[in-house]
Amino acid sequence: MGDRLHVETVEAANQNPSFAKALTDLLFQLADDDFILAYRGSEWLGLAPHIEEDVAFSSMSQDMMGHAVMFYEMLEQLGVGKADDLAQLREAKVFSNAILVERKNGDGDYNDHPHYDWAYAIVRSYVYGLYKQVRLEALTQSSYAPLALVSRKMMTEHRYHLMHWQVWLKQLANSTADARQRLEAAIAEVWKDAGELPHLGPNQSDIVQFGLIAEEEQLKQKWLTLTKDIFEEAGLDWPGEPGVPQERGRHGEHTADLVQALATLSEVYRIDPAAGW
Amino acid sequence: MAQEELQLHEGLEATCWELLQQVTDPEIPVISMVEMGMIHKVRIEADIVHVEVLPTFVGCPALEIMKKNITEKLVEAEGINQVQVAFVYDPAWTSDRIALDARDKLKSFGIAPPPLDFKPGDTWEVACPYCDSPYTQIENLFGPAACRSILYCRHCKNPFEALKPIY
Repeated sequence: MGDRLHVETVEAANQNPSFAKALTDLLFQLADDDFILAYRGSEWLGLAPHIEEDVAFSSMSQDMMGHAVMFYEMLEQLGVGKADDLAQLREAKVFSNAILVERKNGDGDYNDHPHYDWAYAIVRSYVYGLYKQVRLEALTQSSYAPLALVSRKMMTEHRYHLMHWQVWLKQLANSTADARQRLEAAIAEVWKDAGELPHLGPNQSDIVQFGLIAEEEQLKQKWLTLTKDIFEEAGLDWPGEPGVPQERGRHGEHTADLVQALATLSEVYRIDPAAGW
Repeated sequence: MAQEELQLHEGLEATCWELLQQVTDPEIPVISMVEMGMIHKVRIEADIVHVEVLPTFVGCPALEIMKKNITEKLVEAEGINQVQVAFVYDPAWTSDRIALDARDKLKSFGIAPPPLDFKPGDTWEVACPYCDSPYTQIENLFGPAACRSILYCRHCKNPFEALKPIY
């Protein structure tokens, strides 16, 4: 690895079209994952179990939305399009987030009988957060210097999210039988989709070859090892090999849930994209 | 660059730093962005001043306000026509960058400063900014701003906020 690729600037990245393409694909995965899950988190506003949790969940969603903005802005700098448009005007079929982050929070919807599943929120946020931790660590070694720098910065914020979800997981795992049973049901549900998280999409070999991030298998194993330790510590049974959903989110295949999320979150922007905020 | 011009440049740069000392953190009005350790570099090129700012939190909603406040303050300087503010991530902002004397100002505002030289695995122990008691508890890791947590002092019974250690 003596001649490891090191790309310092946007201009240098754009000089090599296949590098720029691989970088763009990866950035969309990073941006879309954080963006959609931050949106799902924001849908808990006013519905979380208590007011402190409302503050905490909103704050974490805001951080995560901020991370998505950083990734979309990096795409904007690469000449892919305006960050706001990339987030709010693309169609579902070009989003490359994992299916796990687009699933609805539960039955009903925000305005009409939101029978949301708090256990699912905890497990999804934590399992995703643990993967994100592994991904950010890998990105600090990225061949694209600007990406390595922001990842290092995001990690300083992200560790507080992990601390927060760990408290919930541990406490509920050691609480009443009802809490335990709901938690286990949520783990089973999250686990059906979780295996897709480390996928790097159709362009994965270029993404890895160019040294943008470590390969899928390595990311997956690190994430599973980390998660296994946490489950063990909380006294939870290990759910085994994580499943992958039928739709392949990293390839642009999505569920109706993403279509709903995009329609809701971009409603105002679509009415008047030129409006000042 | 001629000697005279160089001196003029340095003088202007010093003026900019002085003016920046007056730009406070929009969410913590007792300390300036310089004291927060957020101003990384000030560079002058002809009549343009370039300021590099290190964000405390990536998604901090106050960043745009900071940019505006910096710009408005620096155009006051004689010889400056334009201000360019850029947010940079190298070096990353850490809570160790907060100036030592600014830590007392934070306390006087009811915010516990972050511990110095915090390392992964360290326990975050926070003394009450009002009575200095270590008998405090974290009520919520997340508070009204991304960089702050909510705590409660079991000694003097005051709720207070603390700046999160960022390392």
